[in-house]
Amino acid sequence: MMRIGVFVCHCGENIGKTVDCPTVAKEAIKLPNVVYSIDYKYMCSDPGQNMIKQAIAEHKLNAVVVASCSPHMHEKTFRKACAQAGLNPYMCEIANVREHCSWVHDNVEEATKKAVDLIRMTVERIKFNFPLSEIKVPITKKALVIGGGISGIQAALDIAGAGFKVILVEKEPSIGGHMSQLSETFPTLDCSQCILTPRMVEAYQHPNIKLYTYSEVDNVDGFIGNFKVTIRKKARSVKENLCTGCGLCVQKCPIKKAPSEFDEGLANRPAIYVPFPQAVPNIPVIDRTVCTFFKTGKCQMCKKVCGRDAIDFEQKDELITEDVGAIIVATGYKLYKIDKKSKDAAVKGYGEYGYGKYKDVIDGLQFERIASASGPTAGEILRPSDKKQPKKVVFIQCVGSRDPSKGFEYCSKICCMYTAKHAMLYKHKVHDGEAYVFYMDIRAGGKGYDEFVRRAIEEDHVKYIRGRVSRVYEKKGKYIVKGEDTISGVPVEIEADMVVLATAIVAQPEAAKLAQTLGIPYDKYGFYAEVHPKLRPVESSSGGIFLAGACQSPRDIPESVAMASAAASKALVLFGNEMLEREPIVAKVNENTCVGCFYCKKVCAYNAIELKEIKDKKGNLVKVVASVNTGLCQGCGTCNATCPSKSIELIGFNDEQIFYQIKAL
Amino acid sequence: MSSHSNAKHKERMTLADEIEELTGINPLKCYQCGKCSAGCPVRIFMKVSPNKVVRLVQLGLDDEALKSETIWMCAGCLTCSTRCPQNFDLAKFMDALKEIAIKKGVITRKDILKFHKAFLKQIEANGKAFEFGLIRDYKLATFNLFQDMDIAPEMFFKGKIKLFPHKIKNRDAIKKIFDKANKE
Repeated sequence: MMRIGVFVCHCGENIGKTVDCPTVAKEAIKLPNVVYSIDYKYMCSDPGQNMIKQAIAEHKLNAVVVASCSPHMHEKTFRKACAQAGLNPYMCEIANVREHCSWVHDNVEEATKKAVDLIRMTVERIKFNFPLSEIKVPITKKALVIGGGISGIQAALDIAGAGFKVILVEKEPSIGGHMSQLSETFPTLDCSQCILTPRMVEAYQHPNIKLYTYSEVDNVDGFIGNFKVTIRKKARSVKENLCTGCGLCVQKCPIKKAPSEFDEGLANRPAIYVPFPQAVPNIPVIDRTVCTFFKTGKCQMCKKVCGRDAIDFEQKDELITEDVGAIIVATGYKLYKIDKKSKDAAVKGYGEYGYGKYKDVIDGLQFERIASASGPTAGEILRPSDKKQPKKVVFIQCVGSRDPSKGFEYCSKICCMYTAKHAMLYKHKVHDGEAYVFYMDIRAGGKGYDEFVRRAIEEDHVKYIRGRVSRVYEKKGKYIVKGEDTISGVPVEIEADMVVLATAIVAQPEAAKLAQTLGIPYDKYGFYAEVHPKLRPVESSSGGIFLAGACQSPRDIPESVAMASAAASKALVLFGNEMLEREPIVAKVNENTCVGCFYCKKVCAYNAIELKEIKDKKGNLVKVVASVNTGLCQGCGTCNATCPSKSIELIGFNDEQIFYQIKAL
Repeated sequence: MSSHSNAKHKERMTLADEIEELTGINPLKCYQCGKCSAGCPVRIFMKVSPNKVVRLVQLGLDDEALKSETIWMCAGCLTCSTRCPQNFDLAKFMDALKEIAIKKGVITRKDILKFHKAFLKQIEANGKAFEFGLIRDYKLATFNLFQDMDIAPEMFFKGKIKLFPHKIKNRDAIKKIFDKANKE
């Protein structure tokens, strides 16, 4: 005989204001098989949970219905309380009287009636519940980190430091990411390379880290704790095991005029190149699109000069498979290139600022290279067109950001800070120069951030003008910047020598493709989505896949590093277990009735349906039926609804349970 | 929060509500970046910048907005509307303000209104602008006969002022537009 207890929660005023909870409790006890009912202000609180535990013991309850908020919120809480009282946790069900009732109604009498109805339905349903136990899955204690920028390096070092193996994959020839391009970092103005390169070397030399540079993730199969990853190691045309990084090939390469990606097109590099002197690994790569040998079949200069015979023109992409238990995605960002026509018709670009048309209208990363000691001007501020020192520089913020009309709605977050830094670096290097910053709002929330901006204004005399620039055009060798100071209401026109645009941070162009490979959701801009913006900010909705850095939204270095360590710790939480426990709410196939039509396989979003051969005693194939991989199944029930022969049921949500629940209404 | 949705709960319709009803533009959409004022070719003739007119409407300073000369200075070139990051059609907004100002009889620049009327009269008659007729009608309306006379010869010799109008073919269609607009 089933002995059901009903617990009605007021949720403070959330439910109590619209639903008469004491009356509901009184009505609930009248329901068949309900032997106990009570209402309480906060059922999820410690005393509330204790009421449930006590009642289970005192009234010998073997099923519990909690009328409270959404099961999304507290199903776990109440099931755990039941388990502590010795009841199987799956004998506890939630009747949602908050989101489905009190929050959406205002008539107390009607809402109270509805709450009783909802409880009656759940009571009828729970009569068909049966004890379930968690599914156990083994865990591969090895992590994959995608992206070798500061986020990826940090996450890899953290996991490796805890004693677990890490595979770090970077698509560029060197790790380091955007941080390696920066001159100084805000708000302390310490040299970016000085703090980054030791980390790069540490990651390279760590015995627990296996580094794949110039490589990409091609395919991901499997599920949390048990991923199978295919990595494409692109052909470098240089044998990594032979190359000593002497750099002779780079020196002798006759091609000298390929635009350098590292210097953002402000300097050139050969066809065989190391992106920057501190690159890790210090092994060159041949850019086959510009190399004379790959274009005409002649040259081979690099091969001739290499003393180690490390050049390999025949090298092909190599596919490597690795088993990992957790994946950290740290693929970073790109700057919005406003000169290029966007594929997205909604992103219209800024003809009015002349980027791409005027050589001295540059973006933030280009300014970083100009200000950097390792850059094309060796740190001297010289404008690209004539290599003269600009005496008046205008910085324009929010180019593409906060612009639903031509760019993106979101705030790129880091531009206020790096623009203040740029203006400051400029003033430090050009003492008689003038720096102007056009801004809409200064967003400097962060430790020492606002002080930094104030320092730029008060001590370095950077002139901040609140207003958006309408147009930049050339007149007699000057760039006329037309703006308005909206605070004084006065039009402003500045004759600048150089203009720096703080262009928006956008997702990597391949972000959506990788998300589809990994099976993680992303927003309309291509940034990866976290499960919960506040409480689970580094987890993707796919189990075992975590997010770090600017691939999730625009982020600065401190935040990216913090996020990377958080993601690493999430992976380590996983690795702390021998077996993975999963909810037993999964689909189950009735092999006797399954006809093998595999409609279920077509509709399954998680690739959880597999083929299973049924053989007779002699080993002859009788039929092929569907089988559920319980590691992959998320219990969504789509297969269950699709199956024409009703051969798949969702454990915990079977037809009987649902029908009796509906019948009770 | 849209000012329009608040309209139901208010006893008095604000200027912001009126504009939204007339144009569909929510005045609160403007985030006061000033790009409109920065690019406005007639900004130098304005005491109050275009973005400040929007601000006055946002703050509920309806009289100040309607009485500002700025709304009459707007030449309707659409530079602001084209460049606005918020897709705020400021030219349309200014038109709405002019319409409301006419309705309420608070016209601070009657001369400009007369100019507009003289301009539209030419469009109605010819289907396109006819400068000589425009100048004639405007001067008759304002009795300011000698204004800008000094630039007339140069304009004439540059071919900017023709003595006879050049009419477009399908003037019936133009008439229909004017009839409909006049009815409303």
